[in-house]
Amino acid sequence: MTDARKPWVKPSIVMHRSGMVNKFGSVQRSQWQDQLAGVSVAALVEEHGSPLFVISEQKLRDNARHLLHAFATRYPSVRYAWSYKTNYLGAVCRALHQEGAWAEVVSGFEYEKARSLGVPGNEIVFNGPHKTRSSLERAIAEGARIQVDHLDELYLIESIARETGRRVPIGIRLNYETGYTENWSRFGFNVESGQAMDAAWRIANSDSLELKWLHSHIGTFVLDHRAYGAAARIVAGFMNDVEQKTGCEIDAIDIGGGFASHNALQGIYLPPEQVVPSLDQYAEEVCTPLLEATYERVARGRPLPTLILETGRAVVDDAESLITTVVANKKMPDGRRCVIVDAGVNVLFTAFWYNHQITPTRDLTGAPEETVIYGPLCMNIDVIRKSILLPPVRTGDTLIVSPVGAYNNTQWLQFIEYRPRVVLVHGEAEVSVVRERETLATVTELEQLPPHLAPTDHDGQSPDPSR
Amino acid sequence: MNARPDNPGPGLAVAHCLRETDIFDGRIVGLGYEALDPGLHLPEYCDAGYLLPYPSAGDSTFLERIALIKEREQIDALIPCLDAELPSVTRLLSEIERMGIATYLPSPDQLELRNKDRLEELAAHAGIEAPRTKPVADAQFFFECTRRGWEFPLVVKGLFYDAAIVRSPDQAVTAFKRIAAQWGLPVLVQEFLEGEEVNLTGVADGNGRLLSPVMMKKLALTDKGKAWSGITVSDDTLLEASRSLVERTRWRGPLEVEVMREPDGAYRLIEINPRFPAWVYLTAGAGHNALDTLLRLMRGERLDCEEPAPAGVIYLRYAEDTILPLEEYESVVMNGWRTPLEPHQESSP
Amino acid sequence: MSELQFSEESLLPDAATLERLALSSSGFLFDPVSGHSFTLNETGRDILKILQETRDLKALKQQLSDEYDLDSSTLDRDLLEFLGSVRDQLRRP
Ligand SMILES: Cc1ncc(COP(=O)(O)O)c(C=O)c1O
Repeated sequence: MTDARKPWVKPSIVMHRSGMVNKFGSVQRSQWQDQLAGVSVAALVEEHGSPLFVISEQKLRDNARHLLHAFATRYPSVRYAWSYKTNYLGAVCRALHQEGAWAEVVSGFEYEKARSLGVPGNEIVFNGPHKTRSSLERAIAEGARIQVDHLDELYLIESIARETGRRVPIGIRLNYETGYTENWSRFGFNVESGQAMDAAWRIANSDSLELKWLHSHIGTFVLDHRAYGAAARIVAGFMNDVEQKTGCEIDAIDIGGGFASHNALQGIYLPPEQVVPSLDQYAEEVCTPLLEATYERVARGRPLPTLILETGRAVVDDAESLITTVVANKKMPDGRRCVIVDAGVNVLFTAFWYNHQITPTRDLTGAPEETVIYGPLCMNIDVIRKSILLPPVRTGDTLIVSPVGAYNNTQWLQFIEYRPRVVLVHGEAEVSVVRERETLATVTELEQLPPHLAPTDHDGQSPDPSR
Repeated sequence: MNARPDNPGPGLAVAHCLRETDIFDGRIVGLGYEALDPGLHLPEYCDAGYLLPYPSAGDSTFLERIALIKEREQIDALIPCLDAELPSVTRLLSEIERMGIATYLPSPDQLELRNKDRLEELAAHAGIEAPRTKPVADAQFFFECTRRGWEFPLVVKGLFYDAAIVRSPDQAVTAFKRIAAQWGLPVLVQEFLEGEEVNLTGVADGNGRLLSPVMMKKLALTDKGKAWSGITVSDDTLLEASRSLVERTRWRGPLEVEVMREPDGAYRLIEINPRFPAWVYLTAGAGHNALDTLLRLMRGERLDCEEPAPAGVIYLRYAEDTILPLEEYESVVMNGWRTPLEPHQESSP
Repeated sequence: MSELQFSEESLLPDAATLERLALSSSGFLFDPVSGHSFTLNETGRDILKILQETRDLKALKQQLSDEYDLDSSTLDRDLLEFLGSVRDQLRRP
């Protein structure tokens, strides 16, 4: 006898509120997908557990190529440096290095990691406000491209240069008002106030330093592409100015990162497809003023400065997804439904500022209801989505959170739960583990128990009050 | 339709104009975002009513809905009346046209030009000045703004909609938060202009000509500063500024130009809207029915109506109650459309 | 624990409330006392319809298990939550 009974959908009742009665609300038509990069989600979870990060190598490479194409078709000399902090999983970095990317690092640790992944020193762009003497010594010895953040660093580099008797080429980081972004004035030297020119003078007057590069990074997730037009104009203008005034010869302009990825920033009304500029739009903004500003130098027979990009999130974000599993359904006193999943903000930091896309892995029947998605942590702040219209889900259902490739695998922390596995899908739907799930041993490895605190045979019995 | 009791959108007025053109006697389908939008329910103006997904629901949801409406109602043309839906419609224009739905709209580039933070560029096209405007992403700005040359009172504006006049940092922060919560960041800050607002609407033909211009000055305002009554005027500076703007941008489709005439006689561009205004019915009253012009342009007619409408025609807005059977409300809520008026059978007592 | 352990009275909306509700086959529900209207999904609509016919939890569960493919603990759990929220929503001013 076949079962002719209907499938059960959790019953629901939703009150109509004036001003909010629109059956479409802001629901993405219940789309679902049961595969990631051509591999079955069920099979992935079966083999690797949940939650699970899944990276598509192909998507990552495509994104990098797309970026380079957008710029290289508009400007003849372009170099891409992979921003390590965005995602420094070895597999991600290596795939991008194979695509020809240099490394962009902002600490001694990141520098060491890039070197350990086979990047030669002269293909490492070394940025950031904290560079220790020892990391600078190594970077200088290995010919890394150091970009100076402040005067103290400038003097430190100069003293190392003198000790080693070298003439060290350096860059400086600039900050300035684009008119479209808040100036990140805490990094680098300010252009408008003359600080940057003062630093350039100081470098010109040093016999062991040489100003070769200009760097800026105007912000992150910059939605207004016009900001880059302004940035390129200002930096190129400064280049012409500083060359004329101090006699230096700039051979690279590094425009940093900051292009938005296709993620939905909280507080932005329209969805990403409507507000995120294309890489071509960004490229057009950067390259046009750069070509204009360098017209004269080319006419005088000097080569164009190399344009360096440090794009992070726009390359890696949508190459990675997170699979998570529903552990419980709840009804809140205010009538909202909530769903608890097994991935928390400790592995999904970006949930604090993005409304990540949540995709079911089967065709969910039933009317969408306003739902809160909570993570598994016993912490009030553990919210994956504050509000999403979602049809009812069952415990054990998997959901895909995307895009999550930028800043999560670097900012995540081991907190309450173990961090999950990360797998890479490559070739013909092959799956490789690129970071193992943590175990108790991973977490306790670095700990030490003084002998008097070590567990003994008596443990588990009540303490002896006479001792 | 976006018809709200306290803040009427242009949809109903556009339908009203359509009912009065000589060249159109087809069906009008009202599209709205909220079940209680009167535009979905008034048979005098709309023969059917449908809910649309909000622009924030994404392109594919929107297109599916338009396809369904096309299939059920065989619509031939789409006239967007809400600022926030214009970017989606213009971006999806080729898909919409492929369904056999005609439009007459500005290009995405032209639309971007009217982003509230590009006002100065736009004003240059009009040959007049714009009020100083600055995008602000952090409410902290209001505590430092007087030092940066921004004196109170100021106008705080949403990227798409909403504006408040504020006289102190505290008021500004309150307005900033309210507007940011609804319309997102950044929020715009504009210098406050004293003077008298004069508006113009018309249709631009995409070749630099502004057709059937009608100019209006408000006679009475609601608490929210919306026009309650207005009179057609004849203001050469506004007309010339609008013509210059249309010519230099090659604007295509409906538009509303809002300018402020300051006490010293200077004109400042406040904004342009890429759609007809809520007072568009005045154009029919003044013998320059803007929808008539639009439909003729859509049919490919060559028009010469470049002269402005005569001054001195008054419109007066009033509110009226209509009756909505529960079944009709149910149909909009449950199906997203107003059923044809048939006896309702399914509901139990 | 296959049976719900508390009194039926406390779980179900009272008879007078059930009787006054106008429930349409679309899942549209109107409460003439509060003036509120609601959207029920298909399962929710079926449950209220059965309850309007017989206000009996046992019969309700029997009928639902006949019509729907589900195990009794899921049914218990979901009924507990749903009836609670129906009671609560109908009580709201
Ligand atoms: C100096 C520098 N370059 C590049 C990046 C990468 O930025 P994004 O991921 O926004 O492209 C960052 C990130 O903060 C950065 O600080």
